[in-house]
Amino acid sequence: MPTVPSDFLDGVRDAAPLHLGIAPFGLVAGVAAVEQGLSIFHAIGFSSVVFAGASQLAMIELLGADAPLAIVVGTAVVVNLRMLMYSASIAPYFRNFAARTKALSSYLLTDQAYALSIARYGRDGDTDRFAYYFGVAVSLWVVWQFATVAGALLGTGLPPAWGLEFAAPLVFLALLVPALKDRASAASGVTGGVVAVAVVVAGIPFHLDIIVAAVVGVVAGLAVSSFGGDV
Amino acid sequence: MTTSYDPVTVWGVIVLAGALTFAIRGSFVYLFGRIDTVPPRIKSALEYVPAAVFAALVFPALVAPTGDLSLSLGNDRLVAGVLAALAAWYTERVFVTIAVGMGALWVLRFVV
Repeated sequence: MPTVPSDFLDGVRDAAPLHLGIAPFGLVAGVAAVEQGLSIFHAIGFSSVVFAGASQLAMIELLGADAPLAIVVGTAVVVNLRMLMYSASIAPYFRNFAARTKALSSYLLTDQAYALSIARYGRDGDTDRFAYYFGVAVSLWVVWQFATVAGALLGTGLPPAWGLEFAAPLVFLALLVPALKDRASAASGVTGGVVAVAVVVAGIPFHLDIIVAAVVGVVAGLAVSSFGGDV
Repeated sequence: MTTSYDPVTVWGVIVLAGALTFAIRGSFVYLFGRIDTVPPRIKSALEYVPAAVFAALVFPALVAPTGDLSLSLGNDRLVAGVLAALAAWYTERVFVTIAVGMGALWVLRFVV
């Protein structure tokens, strides 16, 4: 029988390399919030209540541009829709958790916590599932909160000429590249990107670019996977 | 560019987006037993969401940073973004990608 602390510590240890990746990402989320005129408390609110970096950055940018609130929230939902996939895939492993544990585990579900835990569960059936997951997820959560606060404190003191808002698309770029893992995903990405540019350049109002681009991009991915013959 | 929304409205956005994100994360964790599998069509559609969404967040910031298409070497964000994309491709590390992209932007702005 594995003990609870050892699986928890395994989780923390396995997540350590990812802490290095999300720390600058969290920093950017904090800097972006104050740059767009939000308070440090809003930055903390986004990181603790929403706790989903890509959607936080997208919402902060849209709020800064005074986009309609329905678009701000709708874009966050679209950006976070991929977690539906994680929820479905990890659900069988969380089946026996108590309701409150399920709620906590759901709140902490991120790309990184999902990827590490699924890999571990597949490798080692004796793992204390919650202990391992909690070790990964809660350590990511702690790093994320500290990084956001640090970014928000730093943000007000940075000269605008440094163009630090450019760090946000760079974070998305770092997430995009590994997502282009096959031909259909590449088609989805290229189509989504081009459609987003077209929507922006055409001056279509209400900042609909991400929502429209996601729909058209997914259709392109499905079309290539159905007709491209590589699945 | 700073927001014109008042602080309370921003809190409303935070709470609503947080609740919806929690619902997405918890959906199948709670429904498991009632709904055991995602329908295959929906599952494969969801697989293409990350690429489309992340590309939609990246492309306009690089090729149309001011809202107008700018596909020239004079667009420092595009040049820096291409270098950062190469860094992302070869290292797959967020930190390296940010460092290369910001470094390139600063060299183009302050040195060249």
